[in-house]
Amino acid sequence: MIPLTYWLMAAMLTPLLGALVISRLDKLPDYREAVTLVTASILFSINVYLFNHLDAASSAQFTIAEPIEGLAISFVLNQFGLMFALIASGLWIATSIYAIGYMRAHHEKNQTRFFTLFAVAIAGVMAVAFSENLFTLFIFYEFLTVSTYPLVTHAGTREAKRGGRKYILILMGTSILFFLPAMIWVYYLADTLTFTSGGILAGHADPKWVLPLLLMFILGISKAGVMPFHKWLPAAMVAPTPVSALLHAVAVVKAGVFSLVKVVVFIFGTDFITESGANKILLWFPIITIVLASLIALSKDNLKERLAYSTISQLSYIVLGALLATQQAVIGAGMHIAMHAFGKIALFFAAGAILVTMHKKLVSDLNGMGRAMPLTFTVFTIGTLSIIGIPLFGGMWSKWYLLSGALGFEQNAVLYWTVLGALTLSTLLNVYYLLSIPVRAFFFTNPSYTVIKEAPKACLIGMAIPTFVTLYLFFDPSIFYGLSLSLTGS
Amino acid sequence: MNEQLTILLVVVPLMIAPITALFKSHTISWILTAIVSFTSLILSFIILFDVIDGSHVIYELGGWRPPWGIEYKIDSLNAFIALIVSAIACLSTIFAWQSVPKEINENNYGLFYAALQLCLLGLLGIALTGDIFNLFVFLEISSLSSYALISMGRSRKALTAAFSYLILGTIGATFFLIGVGFLYAASGSLNIADIATRFSTFADMQLVMTGFIFILLGLGLKAAIFPMHSWLPNAYGHAPSVVSIFLSATATKVSIYVLIRVLFDLYPVAYWQALLLPQILLVLGCVGVIYGSFRAWQQVELKRLLAFSSVAQIGYIIIGISLLNNDGITASVMHLFNHALIKATLFMGAGIILYRTNTTKLSELRGFGGSMPWTFAAIVLAGLSLIGVPGTVGFVTKWYLLSGAIAQGKWIVVVAILAGSVLAIAYVWKIVEAMYFNSKRKMVIQNVKSGDINLAKAPISLSLALWIGAAGCLYFGLYTELPYQSAQSIATALLSSEVAQ
Amino acid sequence: MIEYILGHINYWFIIAVMMVGLYTLISRANLIKKLAGLAIFQTAVILFYVSLGKVTGGTVPIVDEAYTLYSNPLPQVLMLTAIVVGVATTALGFALVIRIKEAYNTIEEDAIFTLDQKDHE
Repeated sequence: MIPLTYWLMAAMLTPLLGALVISRLDKLPDYREAVTLVTASILFSINVYLFNHLDAASSAQFTIAEPIEGLAISFVLNQFGLMFALIASGLWIATSIYAIGYMRAHHEKNQTRFFTLFAVAIAGVMAVAFSENLFTLFIFYEFLTVSTYPLVTHAGTREAKRGGRKYILILMGTSILFFLPAMIWVYYLADTLTFTSGGILAGHADPKWVLPLLLMFILGISKAGVMPFHKWLPAAMVAPTPVSALLHAVAVVKAGVFSLVKVVVFIFGTDFITESGANKILLWFPIITIVLASLIALSKDNLKERLAYSTISQLSYIVLGALLATQQAVIGAGMHIAMHAFGKIALFFAAGAILVTMHKKLVSDLNGMGRAMPLTFTVFTIGTLSIIGIPLFGGMWSKWYLLSGALGFEQNAVLYWTVLGALTLSTLLNVYYLLSIPVRAFFFTNPSYTVIKEAPKACLIGMAIPTFVTLYLFFDPSIFYGLSLSLTGS
Repeated sequence: MNEQLTILLVVVPLMIAPITALFKSHTISWILTAIVSFTSLILSFIILFDVIDGSHVIYELGGWRPPWGIEYKIDSLNAFIALIVSAIACLSTIFAWQSVPKEINENNYGLFYAALQLCLLGLLGIALTGDIFNLFVFLEISSLSSYALISMGRSRKALTAAFSYLILGTIGATFFLIGVGFLYAASGSLNIADIATRFSTFADMQLVMTGFIFILLGLGLKAAIFPMHSWLPNAYGHAPSVVSIFLSATATKVSIYVLIRVLFDLYPVAYWQALLLPQILLVLGCVGVIYGSFRAWQQVELKRLLAFSSVAQIGYIIIGISLLNNDGITASVMHLFNHALIKATLFMGAGIILYRTNTTKLSELRGFGGSMPWTFAAIVLAGLSLIGVPGTVGFVTKWYLLSGAIAQGKWIVVVAILAGSVLAIAYVWKIVEAMYFNSKRKMVIQNVKSGDINLAKAPISLSLALWIGAAGCLYFGLYTELPYQSAQSIATALLSSEVAQ
Repeated sequence: MIEYILGHINYWFIIAVMMVGLYTLISRANLIKKLAGLAIFQTAVILFYVSLGKVTGGTVPIVDEAYTLYSNPLPQVLMLTAIVVGVATTALGFALVIRIKEAYNTIEEDAIFTLDQKDHE
């Protein structure tokens, strides 16, 4: 019987080891991709094992170093983190299968570097997920920024360079400008940064400081894509599609909202936020983001950019849920991390499949393409429906909890109706800008698309996985519900 | 018994440097230099472990009792600075093995290494001595040898850079000397500890303040504190690689050490607080951070970019000192160490680039990242440390600096530090972009004479030194015991000496 | 007032010398003249130290029973070192000027600056 701590260590070391092996296999692409798949599967199995032994969670804890007195780089097995780790590692398998088809069909250069750094980024995600304190989380938050930079600029073109510059400047700049001082300030007030159920600030800080502090966190954790620091995400769309799919619909952006939810729940504590009333003002940030991003998405003709703005809008659902700070809303926020991940990755996979097979990037070019790529557009439709939140698809549940969380938020009539209004409006806009795409593809006719010409097989298999999971999650959301429940302290 | 070791730190290079100058062979002079620098490293380690608990080691030169004789009084600050200097000397020596034959005229090997040893001697002497006139002498020994070293750079601009450094450096040193003269006129003593204990008896004399201002100006010039930094970018930008590495990591640091000594151990803190000096220094530090980072961002040549970033980093150290609390001083002292490590690593990276491609212009470095991924990785690592990304040494300093500023409620300082960091991202990324993109293309090698065999050889000693530095950036970012404990012990000593007076 | 000025007459002269040195250093473009200015500047400091050591009515500091009041010998001793440093600086400066002359074929600062600008382009 291996102690749980070692399993936890293995969760972070496996992708790193995998990266090391992959980087040595430049000349043997088949083995390289086999190693990627095997690593992803092992990692997922480790996370499943951890899930099965959650009852002894608190015993699995270890520290690497203590650079600053009282602040250690340490990790602990925790439910919410495990949820994030499960999603990321599970989807890594799907993405790896998909990437094999995509990268080969697209004749990308430097594939070894791509697969290596992908594994490194996943290691960063695992470390973020299992962080024991805010300090550790911050370290690997930055690690994730740096390690994904070469993936974003993979193409090496002038456009990629410009996108990469924006990516690094916004993500790292805001984190140093706001996140770091906010963290030091918290440490100065509370003398600890350990994630604690119920928060660490209550009793140490004057409630009037919640507003500026939390604002600094919202601005500083720009990976969560809250406006005005959201521009990096559309800029990052120059990356190859598997990167956009796993990193910029799941790993990186979810690391952002994950951090924000962690800060709200385990640093401030929902009660303390409600008591301070700061969220009444701060809620406007996600509300405005949700609506504005949906409107911008509407205006984008580039498919990946439209999906990026849709992601920005959806991420703010999670921020909104966290800031509402009611039990239901926080559960909704936690679940939406999972639900949105599966839906959005399916959309990105479909977009990539279209790019690889038909070489089309623009929405306006998709008319009638459903005839040629029925499977791809079926996947797209299911992903869209899940994101809109229609029953039969997993996305419904998180919206359900978010809405019921908002219903419990009756302190302020104006805000209450604004939240409801924003959610409704954005759902309607979702229908308009996302659902219009498969509708165009299936119901318009275009003489050039008559013969069936689907994406490579590997891509199709990769796409199938999240699609089925989305369907399954409608009938059985209990896993993610159970893991999100830890956010409420029960 | 360890008293004797302290003087050895100065005597060993003093004895070996003239011998080195006699040899023309590169191997022999390099071995002698290696002996000197590694001996110094071991000695400084032994001394540091003796005094880290707050005790002193005292050595009286020639057996003369202070205040008449010259006295070496080693506390943790002295030992820590000596350790930084000799550690960087070791790194530079390793790096020199393959870099010097390429960059220096073959007739000058012996002289070059002798000058390097003399410079080391001067810096170690400054770090150890407790006599302020003796300190001036060591300051001039190190400065004179560094003028000579810088002038050995490859382009003729090195000559003019060395000349203007000579003019400004001498003015600085002479100012310092005038200040010491005034202080001597008032106190009748040259021993730092002696002057400090009797300070109250002559504190009212006008001379004391005049002397103080002269000393500050002189040190400001030597330490390249904004706005007295104008000599630095040219001097470090055109010097031979080894010299850039060694001087950028040590010369200004040692001058800052003297500044710390003067501010905390020579003059009582209350005395210069009344002159509004902390506020002035704070403003200079903040402006220096922003200005230096901004100018670095504008540069198109790697070594000059790094040199301007040094101006900014000196600003951080000055901010820490002028915060006048435990966290601030800890940050400053740690940054002396951390920045020495980071800057040495980056200049080593620049040295390798120069070695391989014969250029350090950013626009000519395309494809370097692809052709030399490991060197590139080390440069990126050190660059991230410069920004202050967590897990690296730069972060630890920034953390304490920000804690110090927040504890004092100085929000503008916090903003300046953070703005400097964001600018640091911009200029570090300028380097990264220059090397990373177009990796499909092989790197371009400039200005090569036909039949140059150096190109084919992998520069092992260069990579070794570089990776020691880069690993240090990471290691001391995670396991901070050594610099932190030293800095803590120093900060406690400095602040308590103020209370005692 | 007059007494104050006359009483410190040596210092006024020293300040004058020092200013001459600094002015030469700053105003001349010729590198040799700059070095001359630097040397004058340093000499002023040496004079300053030496005059510090003078004690009114004191004699040469040689132990003799007939005298009890000596001038302070220490500043003069210190200045021996400072003179050495000064000479070394000047020598190094001249060596650099020779090298600059070889490299640029001029020792006028403006001309060198123009040449450097040309290199840069």
